Amino acid sequence: MTQETDIREGVDRETVETVQNMGSYKYGWETEIEMEYAPKGISEEIVRLISQKNDEPEWMLEWRLQAYARWVEMKEPEWALLDLPKIDYQDLYYYARPKSMVEKPKSLDEVDPKLLATYEKLGIPLKEQMILAGVEGAENINLEERQVAVDAVFDSVSVGTTFKEKLAEAGVIFCSISEAIKEHPELVKKYLGSVVPQTDNYFATLNSACFSDGSFVYVPPGTRCPMELSTYFRINAENTGQFERTLIVCDKGAYVSYLEGCTAPKRDTAQLHAAVVEIVILEDAEVKYSTVQNWFPGDEEGKGGIYNFVTKRADCREPRAKVMWTQVETGSAITWKYPSCILRGDDSSGEFYSIAIANNYQQADTGTKMVHLGKNTRSRIVSKGISAGQAQNTYRGLVSMHPRAKNSRNYTQCDSLLIGDKCGAHTVPYIEVKNNSSRVEHEATTSKVDDDQLFYCRARGVGEEEAVALVVNGFCRDVLQALPMEFAMEAQSLVAISLEGSVG
Amino acid sequence: MAASEALSARLAAQPAGPGFDAGRQAAADRLAAMGLPGRRDEYWRWTDPTPFNAETATPAAPGEAEAPLFAEVDSLKVVFVDGVFDAEASDDLAMGGVEISRLAASEPAWATGLYGALEAAGQNPVKRPFAALNTAQASDGLLIRVTAQAEKAINLVYVHKSEVSDPVLHHLIKMEEGAELTILETGPAGARFNKAMEVDVAKGARFHHIRVQGAEQDRRAVTHIFARVAAEALFKSFTLTVNGQLTRNEAYIDMVGDDAVAHIAGAALGDGKDGKFHHDDTVFVTHGALRGESRQVFKKVLKNGALGTFQGKIWVKPGAQKTDGYQISQSLLLDEDSQFLAKPELEIYADDVKCSHGSTTGAIDDTALFYLRSRGVPEEEAKGLLVLSFLADAIDEIEDEALKEEIVARLEDWLARHRS
Repeated sequence: MTQETDIREGVDRETVETVQNMGSYKYGWETEIEMEYAPKGISEEIVRLISQKNDEPEWMLEWRLQAYARWVEMKEPEWALLDLPKIDYQDLYYYARPKSMVEKPKSLDEVDPKLLATYEKLGIPLKEQMILAGVEGAENINLEERQVAVDAVFDSVSVGTTFKEKLAEAGVIFCSISEAIKEHPELVKKYLGSVVPQTDNYFATLNSACFSDGSFVYVPPGTRCPMELSTYFRINAENTGQFERTLIVCDKGAYVSYLEGCTAPKRDTAQLHAAVVEIVILEDAEVKYSTVQNWFPGDEEGKGGIYNFVTKRADCREPRAKVMWTQVETGSAITWKYPSCILRGDDSSGEFYSIAIANNYQQADTGTKMVHLGKNTRSRIVSKGISAGQAQNTYRGLVSMHPRAKNSRNYTQCDSLLIGDKCGAHTVPYIEVKNNSSRVEHEATTSKVDDDQLFYCRARGVGEEEAVALVVNGFCRDVLQALPMEFAMEAQSLVAISLEGSVG
Repeated sequence: MAASEALSARLAAQPAGPGFDAGRQAAADRLAAMGLPGRRDEYWRWTDPTPFNAETATPAAPGEAEAPLFAEVDSLKVVFVDGVFDAEASDDLAMGGVEISRLAASEPAWATGLYGALEAAGQNPVKRPFAALNTAQASDGLLIRVTAQAEKAINLVYVHKSEVSDPVLHHLIKMEEGAELTILETGPAGARFNKAMEVDVAKGARFHHIRVQGAEQDRRAVTHIFARVAAEALFKSFTLTVNGQLTRNEAYIDMVGDDAVAHIAGAALGDGKDGKFHHDDTVFVTHGALRGESRQVFKKVLKNGALGTFQGKIWVKPGAQKTDGYQISQSLLLDEDSQFLAKPELEIYADDVKCSHGSTTGAIDDTALFYLRSRGVPEEEAKGLLVLSFLADAIDEIEDEALKEEIVARLEDWLARHRS
């Protein structure tokens, strides 16, 4: 790679620099820290123990036990286009927390410096008045305008949440879900499981039984959340599953933008991550949920990596509610994830923008569900799938127009790009239209990286790998534009990194 | 009732025809292993297989005799009445360039190993139990070997007379190198019709298939086409379906040779006012060689609670570079009660390919309707024009102009009879 690469007009300098700075998985290191584990495996006792560690009220324990009783009767789903290795659910830890977190720190100042250093190193400093640093280009951003509150989850526990007071002034509740269960039981009781029921699917049911922590957000009526909220998930401990639960409630006329990031150390053995995210959106409210999923994808031979089984669903419960999911899925050995929108309220709308990249031996089966129940509901799906190496990448989605959802609209665009002849790209959309005043349009294409575009870049002295990264970034542009700024920049560089070694 | 008992009962009610012992036994074994389908099977989620699983056919009154189609076309006519060969109504099974015999009366050497072979190959990755059942039980059908350009088309006419008829017919067609043949099919055939057609298209051969499923209201049908398309060969199939309680048309097209071309199209019109209308197209196109071109074009016009489904797949195997795969499934819902359920799939394991699919559902475009109305076209006529233009892409898949005209006339007739 030449350092003197001449940057031509129309080629974003940042992109080229990012491509030049490509490295392998940056977040594969491990924090040496003393941990406390629950015994391996899952059982009623473990569920009770997790509940007890979190100092939960009786109703929460009951709820978990109900889920557990159901889970033992369920079977793993087999419909995804995934070659699923056998997961031994009794051979992993369901609860792991740093010893220093046994006595919950009163404030961020009391948090174990090692933990703070971990997040610092990940580019997510747990200090207030700071933005999501560590992201290329972030220094150019006006600090005052770009404050982001962070809830940091380390293995099974939340280690701290920033900007709590400032958010409280606006009436916004942002804390870990374990805190919310104790401090806002009325809200949690009312909304937990109301979007993703305990028995929704195998992994959501497992999560309902054994979730250890996660984030809780409540934005009161008419409130525009004064800053972006984010949760950063870090899996650190070996042989440990992470089961977090996020609940976001956006009350009438409120607005919040929420970001999620995730990383894990490089290891030879795979690790399980089974999360649930529930979003409740009331009348005229709007939620934006953005994810950059960068769990360890496994090595070049497909060893290790995170098995990511996630249930994410937003319920536009009342008229004119809006939700927008944006996801950049570059990590994980296996991704099984379908962020969905239930468009229940009349005139509500849902959008889904996704980039899913699978390289080496990664497998991704991801997409969305748009369930139109209310009148005049709108949805839009833009999915970009990129496969390289030996990877398999599947878009799987549902668009359903119920008989009552008169005058509704859906537009779906799914494009797949193949890099190399050993990978696969698949599209499995389900379209169910049960009234005629609605219009549904679905388009999908599959192609390889365009030779003309590559040639154009190469003729101008751009190296082969950079050229591919440029073309891929162009292919993903519709989705990248939907991301908040910092995420968009991070995502661009991730696209390049994820594809490293896929050319030639 | 246990699954195996249900299957035994199903088979006992319908004894197997003669000949092809090995092929029939292998199919019976396949069927025993896969069992009859249920609603939980992925490819039966939108169509209830119960009427096909039942031991006997639900009685269906034969409809009024339709004006015969393709009467003007120079063809060799073969008539089956409730699945039974009608020698008197049929022409002599002889013409230049083609060997024709009946499944129930002969077992030519070329057919022995081929019978059931394409059906067996089409059982992976999706199970097609009624095709295996067909191979095992078929009472009759035609064995056709084409060695050159056929003199004329073979015109299969299926007459339905008995309320409880339950015919199982299996046609086996072998197109030798460079041969060409057109097969026409018309008529409802029976109360419950199970038909399979295996077509082996050798290098450079050309096969055309045009089918009109009967306009009879109460009939039910489950049909399969299995085609193997060799290098530079052409396979084309078009189906028009008007009415029928329940129709499931499956196709499995395996493109095994380089530069092969396969087009499969369907137009379905259903009016639920006359009774239930449920139409299901389940299509699977496999690209296993270089530079294959495939097109799937399926259009449905639905009204008064009619239901249409489409499950289509383009499957590009590793190494099938330069594939050009296209698929479109569209439906026009003429009122609030009709439904369209679609699953247009792509499964692609080669990188240098061009594959796309589209699917749309909606009502008649108000703007287009207004345009025609403003130019003095009466509303019903304007709607008819828009429906025909909507179906045009599918009908255009018929190459022969005379045949196309007959199909369009049949469509216009349906539209005239089903004005709201």
